[in-house]
Amino acid sequence: MPTTILAKRRLIPGKTSELVLDAPHIAAKARPGNFLILRVADKGERIPLTIADADPREGTVTIVYLVLGKTTAHLETLEAGDAILDVCGPLGEPTHIEKTGTVVCVGGGTGIAAMHHIAKGHHRAGNHVVAVIGARNKDLLLFYDELSAFCPEVLVTTDDGSMGRKGLVTEALRDRLASDRTVSEVVAVGPVPMMRAVAETTRPFGVKTTVSLNSIMVDGIGMCGACRVTVGGKVRFACVDGPEFDGHQVNFDELCARLGAFRDQERVSLEKFHECRCHDHQKA
Amino acid sequence: MTTKKPDVPRTPMPEQPAARRRRNFSEVALGYDLSMAMTEASRCLQCKKPACVKGCPVEVNIKDFVGHLARGDVDAAYAAIKATNSLPAVCGRVCPQENQCEGSCILGKKGEPVAIGRLERFVADAFAARSACEELTGRPKCAAPRDEIRVACIGSGPSSLTVAGYLSARGIAVTVYEALHELGGVLTYGIPEFRLPKAIVGREIAALEQSGVTFVTNWVGGKTFTIPELFEKGCQAVFIGVGAGLPRFLNIPGENLIGVFSANEYLTRVNLGRAYAFPEYDTPIFPGKKVAVLGGGNVAMDSARTALRLGAEEVRLVYRRSKEEMPARAEELHHALEEGVILECLCGPLAFTGDERGYLTGLTVQHMCLGEPDASGRCRPCPIEGDTAFVPCDLAVVAVGTGPNPVLLSATPGLEKNGRGYVVVDEETGETSIPNVFAGGDIVTGSATVILAMGAGRRAAKEIARRLLGSDA
Repeated sequence: MPTTILAKRRLIPGKTSELVLDAPHIAAKARPGNFLILRVADKGERIPLTIADADPREGTVTIVYLVLGKTTAHLETLEAGDAILDVCGPLGEPTHIEKTGTVVCVGGGTGIAAMHHIAKGHHRAGNHVVAVIGARNKDLLLFYDELSAFCPEVLVTTDDGSMGRKGLVTEALRDRLASDRTVSEVVAVGPVPMMRAVAETTRPFGVKTTVSLNSIMVDGIGMCGACRVTVGGKVRFACVDGPEFDGHQVNFDELCARLGAFRDQERVSLEKFHECRCHDHQKA
Repeated sequence: MTTKKPDVPRTPMPEQPAARRRRNFSEVALGYDLSMAMTEASRCLQCKKPACVKGCPVEVNIKDFVGHLARGDVDAAYAAIKATNSLPAVCGRVCPQENQCEGSCILGKKGEPVAIGRLERFVADAFAARSACEELTGRPKCAAPRDEIRVACIGSGPSSLTVAGYLSARGIAVTVYEALHELGGVLTYGIPEFRLPKAIVGREIAALEQSGVTFVTNWVGGKTFTIPELFEKGCQAVFIGVGAGLPRFLNIPGENLIGVFSANEYLTRVNLGRAYAFPEYDTPIFPGKKVAVLGGGNVAMDSARTALRLGAEEVRLVYRRSKEEMPARAEELHHALEEGVILECLCGPLAFTGDERGYLTGLTVQHMCLGEPDASGRCRPCPIEGDTAFVPCDLAVVAVGTGPNPVLLSATPGLEKNGRGYVVVDEETGETSIPNVFAGGDIVTGSATVILAMGAGRRAAKEIARRLLGSDA
């Protein structure tokens, strides 16, 4: 049965939006760290998206996407009241959350939204949550208010210094770790280069570091192995063994290469989508 | 005494010529027409004790349906098949009849057996445009099942569909939960269009819907719901038919290079995602010019023949034993060879190699010789020391089998599994270690055939009906 979009919020116009979906059966089960798989319409591709928030009482789940390929471009054309053909979840192992003291949650790009659900989980477990979030400039920074609502510390970095500290999240993270040796865990969600840099930043401090991997998936339930990653020399499936793994053990080079496996076809798909939309506009 | 019939040869199956079909996804076998079907059906001796029926895991009344067909009574033939088989158009296409009904046919002792599978397919296809329910009951829609007796099936592959068909025909309300967005399980994501058109699978499922079965897609057992929750919501029995959907890899160097795929991924992209019609459909497939498929089973054959149809210049089947030991059906291997697939037998994969960008460039193989038979009864492959070769390829498909998918099993406390991780069931009833939870198909046996899964489904369904309906069953 199709899933209705209850609300849409344009976070970065044309680039990133937040959708609140009417999915009580997923909301009831969704835990921080879970993802879902959706297919926008007939003939569409299945893509995984991390659940950014879930409200079991309202029966809703929230997703945030960056418009990157055909599927997210199509998603961006939908409005509140429209429906997504297939939504399946919650998938993946939830984040391991227990009360450990201070947890630093690092987010970059749309990864901030995914990180938000994890940070909320740590906050609810009684941890002191430090959010470290970054973007190119202040207009591209997501979820500052949402995180500020419950995080006692929100450290912001921007490339141009238009908000917070000028520089990268890893610089803010390094200083925070250096000033406080009691941090029990660092969680990072974002682009692969950022997660890799976070893992390298925390390594000298010996702090447990968890990253949420966004490998290519088809079914999302362990059937195909498209999402396989090497962690500590062992092959793991991001969809059922993850998506979260020990950042100090992940082979990021391999992950980066594998993420590009279908780059040519992804471009063809997106170009065709824009052409079709163009024709539709001309007709209309 | 059976009257001796004149020696009429087995009616050949019309097929698309190999040179044409190797580049399209249309069905290879074209099917009999009525006169061919009647000619073939007339070869049946109508044995007093038909061995063919014993050879069928779902006990299709072969003698009767073939008898009706010999007289041209297709309707009666259909009713006879459908009485025990929910998926005749599927079985007529993908069953290994040579090991089952046809393997038991008395005519096969001296000559060629009756082409029972082809006849079953003909009868099922002849009903394509009609409502199964109307044909069987004279009503356009079957009576709604009694809602007070409810059974859930997890997975919508052949075993679950058989359970659903059997129970709904007896008035039990069955809900089938499928994790993917399309129904059919392996019939949909695994078996290619050119062997089993998806429209045929859709038709069989539509017939089950007409008979009152409820289907729910995008619901993942163990994630969206659990088995205890199904009982809390009023189900009296649960059937686990989730298949063996965890791909095995070779665990050799280079296996994560771009261009190395599990057969599950390769076939799921093409079959479920319709990647052969990219970019009309969004799911992409990796284009390989020189392809190596590793394995010797039916899934390896499907992968190799799919690669040809997607435009590969060269497709090699790399198998560590000899042609004689291949587990694939003879017919599948025959079709693959006709279409131009190259066999590289007695080659064990050692390592994949790639370029600096992480793309596959080739495969190093170890040449083997055959040793003594192993536990499977097949000759054990033994490496010939120092004898290796390099097979250049830009796409490799690993088709060396599957294991039990842990998603549902790990979320079901108390479910007993064997040493290999498959579900343990009572041989007679199909019941698991949890009362009123049954299982069947690949999640019990490991990778096997559609018809064995259906046989297991039928066995469990009989027991469920006996318990829930008592003497009404």
